[in-house]
Amino acid sequence: MKNPINGLNKVFDNRIRLGVMSVLVVNDEVNFNDLKQMLEVTDGNLATHLVNLEENGFIKIHKGFIGRKTNTTYAVTKAGEKAFSDHIAALENMIKGIK
Amino acid sequence: MKENRFLITLYYKALFMNTESQSDTLREINDIKRIMERSSRFISLSGLSGIAAGLCALAGAFFANRVLKNYYLKYDVSGYKVEDFISLKFKLLMIAGIVLIAALFFAFVFTWRRARQNHLPIWDLAARKLMWNVLIPLVTGGIFILTMLQYNEWRFAAPACLVFYGLGLVNGSKYTLSEIRYLGFLEIILGLESTQFINASLYFWAVGFGVLHIFYGFLMWWKYERKSGTL
Repeated sequence: MKNPINGLNKVFDNRIRLGVMSVLVVNDEVNFNDLKQMLEVTDGNLATHLVNLEENGFIKIHKGFIGRKTNTTYAVTKAGEKAFSDHIAALENMIKGIK
Repeated sequence: MKENRFLITLYYKALFMNTESQSDTLREINDIKRIMERSSRFISLSGLSGIAAGLCALAGAFFANRVLKNYYLKYDVSGYKVEDFISLKFKLLMIAGIVLIAALFFAFVFTWRRARQNHLPIWDLAARKLMWNVLIPLVTGGIFILTMLQYNEWRFAAPACLVFYGLGLVNGSKYTLSEIRYLGFLEIILGLESTQFINASLYFWAVGFGVLHIFYGFLMWWKYERKSGTL
């Protein structure tokens, strides 16, 4: 029998990282401030988790400019999308498997 | 001692039956769903906004109807006069402008209030997406209608209002309460239908912007806001 928690991803253990992924899978490109507002976290905290997600290859960062101000946007990668949907499927299996 | 043993039993039960992690998992999934929903849809849109906008439209249609009636009364007595026609156009444009501003104002107030009650930001990613997607067909339509008026082609102004507004709603419905899509379809159908009854287009306009808004606003309020206990 397949282990129901196969597919659970260590990276998504964290509430903020999971939140970032949840926002990015339904929005093409989201900037830092919108992520911050949506997840109600501090700058530093969010930045750390974004770096972590990027290092895992789950999100890509695009640095742009609006006038002189930098505008950094984040988008989910193919790998990120796959890992996220596997994670959700594993969570759902856990609930079903135990019932 | 006994209590301790009870706790340990509970702990093992939780570990093996996983009921605890199950409820954690459920909560996690619900969190994910909530964040996905909130970041992609503007859900603070209040039904009361629709009702208020509808009332503004009905008042506007009432005054426009009166202005038109007065114009035709004079027309029947003394014939076409350029200055009368210019004054008619000016009055109608004024009414349209006032209705638009009043409707937007009240729509904003009720939606702002609902967002505040739910402790949600009114101006977030979803709100911006909604705004752009509604505005693209709406501004296009607005410019198109003004251009028609520029060439004295007033007959299709009311139908065009309904059609472009409907397109705006259909386009924006992906980013707010999904029922808005059907309101959009109704506005488009009404607009197209009214091209066949061009002398009654003001009545179609009143139904589309007045009655449908009130009806839909009430429905949305009944479905989503009634239970929250606020009027």
